[in-house]
Amino acid sequence: MSAPYRLRIQKRTEEVPRWLPMATSIGAIILAFLISGLILTIIGGDPIRTFRYFFNAAFGSWGALSDVVVKATPLLLIGLGCGLAFRMRLWNIGAEGQFYIGAFFASLVPLVPLVDMQTTPKFIILLMMALLGMLGGGLYGLIPGWLKAKFNVSEIISTLMLNYVAVFWNNYWIYSEFSDAGFQMTPMFAKSAWLPRLADYAREVKAFSGITLHLGVVFGIIAAIIIWIIMTRSRWGYEINLIGDNPQAARYAGIDITRNIILVFMLSGALAGLAGMSEVSGVVHRLQERISTNYGFSGVIVAWLAKLNPFATILVSFLFGALIVAGREIQPSGLYFFIQGTILFLVISSDVLLRYKFELVRAASEE
Amino acid sequence: MTNSPQEQINAVEMRDIVLRFPGVLANDHVNFTLRHGEIHALLGENGAGKSTLMNILAGLYKPESGTIRINGERVVFNSPRDAISRGIGMVHQHFMLVPTQTVTENILLGLDKPGFLMRLPRYDQKVADLAEKYGLKVQPDAKIWQLSVGEQQRVEILKTLYRGAEILILDEPTAVLAPQEIQELMDTLRLMVRQGKSIVFISHKLNEVKQVADRLTVLRKGKVTADGINLEDVDKETLAELMVGRKVIFQLNKKPHQPGEVVLDVQNVSALNNRGLPALKNISFQLRKGEILGIAGIAGNGQSELAEVITGLRSCQGKILINCQDVANQSPKRAIDQGTAHIPEDRTGVGTAPGMALTGNMIMKSYDRAPISQKWRISYTAAREFAKNLKEKYDIQAPSLSTQVNKLSGGNLQKVILAREISCGPKLIVAVQPTRGLDVGAIEGIQNLLLEQRDNDAAVLLISEELDELLDLADRIAVIFEGEIVGEFPTAEADLKTIGLMMTGELRRQE
Repeated sequence: MSAPYRLRIQKRTEEVPRWLPMATSIGAIILAFLISGLILTIIGGDPIRTFRYFFNAAFGSWGALSDVVVKATPLLLIGLGCGLAFRMRLWNIGAEGQFYIGAFFASLVPLVPLVDMQTTPKFIILLMMALLGMLGGGLYGLIPGWLKAKFNVSEIISTLMLNYVAVFWNNYWIYSEFSDAGFQMTPMFAKSAWLPRLADYAREVKAFSGITLHLGVVFGIIAAIIIWIIMTRSRWGYEINLIGDNPQAARYAGIDITRNIILVFMLSGALAGLAGMSEVSGVVHRLQERISTNYGFSGVIVAWLAKLNPFATILVSFLFGALIVAGREIQPSGLYFFIQGTILFLVISSDVLLRYKFELVRAASEE
Repeated sequence: MTNSPQEQINAVEMRDIVLRFPGVLANDHVNFTLRHGEIHALLGENGAGKSTLMNILAGLYKPESGTIRINGERVVFNSPRDAISRGIGMVHQHFMLVPTQTVTENILLGLDKPGFLMRLPRYDQKVADLAEKYGLKVQPDAKIWQLSVGEQQRVEILKTLYRGAEILILDEPTAVLAPQEIQELMDTLRLMVRQGKSIVFISHKLNEVKQVADRLTVLRKGKVTADGINLEDVDKETLAELMVGRKVIFQLNKKPHQPGEVVLDVQNVSALNNRGLPALKNISFQLRKGEILGIAGIAGNGQSELAEVITGLRSCQGKILINCQDVANQSPKRAIDQGTAHIPEDRTGVGTAPGMALTGNMIMKSYDRAPISQKWRISYTAAREFAKNLKEKYDIQAPSLSTQVNKLSGGNLQKVILAREISCGPKLIVAVQPTRGLDVGAIEGIQNLLLEQRDNDAAVLLISEELDELLDLADRIAVIFEGEIVGEFPTAEADLKTIGLMMTGELRRQE
């Protein structure tokens, strides 16, 4: 005897409805929370209370909300960069390293210092830092990009390995040349190298007091708009999309693939580098160890969750910022990573729903 | 369901077979009867449901409803193994052989005997005996990669016979063969039928079917339009109409045309294939304005590489002049800028971006030119307008301009490629297998398009494995064998036998 119903799995031949990718992502997030809740219950916790606490920790006050956006900013920039590379099926998982090198390059401005920190206008200093941060990340993206384009070196391996190089490179400088009296950090940057924060205006607007939200988030939003324009409106975006869909066809259409691999890798790295600049200039105000809490890798997840869509990346990075902020408040502290891992796993598996159709059908009558 | 008593026991009886794929009714209450000892042709266009029906018989798909009887006995196949045990063997269009193993090893693959010890020589003898019995010449201890495509096909047939097949299904068996090999296959099939086998011959080529089959069944869009009729009773035109659903005129609109100056001049070109072996050896030829040069040859004799070096996709030695500009070893862009259009062999792998929408695929060659390109940006309004015009002009059947092209049928996909390439106003068209795998109606349209381009003074390099097509379209024919041009003559002086011998390397034109 067989069951009266069976699951029929068929490859989709018709177009995927527009709402479905979004729906599966949201479904994956909800399911991840359900699974986490289940685990919490099993280990003796109270999931409802935990999640309520979670929610309040992230959205309960203006201060908390500002923290969320601050955490979301590097994720947004990195997510945009990764998303761009993923569009071309370049698996840049080196955002972590590009972030560190970007932070390092930006820090050179106040640390060397490259300009007089007292007399140069703040605007010029910050612009230099942003440009150098992007340059640093871009050059660090150039290495795997060039290796991939010229020698077909797997970018997965090269970017992953270069992450470690970048961390140790930074460590060298903060332990030696730029060390603050022997501590593993540089001296605090001059105020003129700080990105403006809302708290700076507390004297004018009382409500801003203690709000750490800084200008970096504006970089992120502008970057999202620019990436969106590139991908949907520009010739270059068309080339990127074509290469991503079928590199053979792109070559056949006369598109220079080598050049595009290098360019995309550089822009992807530059965005991560800008994230590094925004973090040292807007949050930490010095170069030190662990300026990134795995932003480079979370950014990969953010890009995928957003299905490589720049505007969705804004939303998803906000959600992840909330997870990070709330995760700090929760014991055991691994819960945040658990939820994050579960979300990624479910989102990637949910792609199956886009490629296949699942139907419950009455089993064919057999004798 | 009750059936009326059978008057006669048939080898296969399929009744009211229904199978649905997402969006299509692949088999819509199909009936199919195979008599003992006959060659039964299953005719239909691509996507008509022929292969689906036979895959059901071979146990690969399960029908949603309908019954199958083998020798009068009701059967339900849950896997290909069940079908094999009832004496059904299928030779698929794409061979499933292990290239590094011998013929005998491939034939024994997956069987219970021999056991742990192979004792191959003994089985070599068994295979040789079986091959002898059915006139399937093949050397049992040869490795598969050493064999020609025709020989590999014989191995596939032997594989089914060794497993005790009484009913053989051949899916488009002649698609990969040279004319002589086709003749040999036909002889083999006749011999097998005389020894009591029953054969289903899937095809969409009317001439072959006329030549070899006893009876035939025609499918169109999943429905039977002719059920087991005798071949004597129908002519080619009727068959075509049954397949396509409308009258097909086997008349190409080929007018006499005076070729002009040289457009493509290939001088002493040599190139390697993807495995680093010589694929083209010192090839030279010229192609003029308003002329179609046909390149005849069996697949894998350097045709793909020839098209690639001309279009800039592969590096080579020697000179390739398009309008007197050397394009050899330059980027594909350079050939495109010289007015080269390329209709590649691999439509989904090279010719289109399958996941992209129709519009995106249409503008592949003109996205960087006005009016679609405006400085750094693309005007998608202009792009859609462009795509819409082509879609209408070439009658491309697609739900909308934003449909991904991987949802299109083969014929429509090819029309997308042709429309795009022709829209650039090419001076040179390199067309590789432009009609392969397409149905009669689509072939007719595409061939006429190529002729039209020739009459518009484009130079057309037509690389095809279909000799009929070359004879119909080309003004001159060159035969390629193992990377060399072994003969070249005006089509009017060409005869099928000479070309066939040249294609298999038996004959070279003595100068």
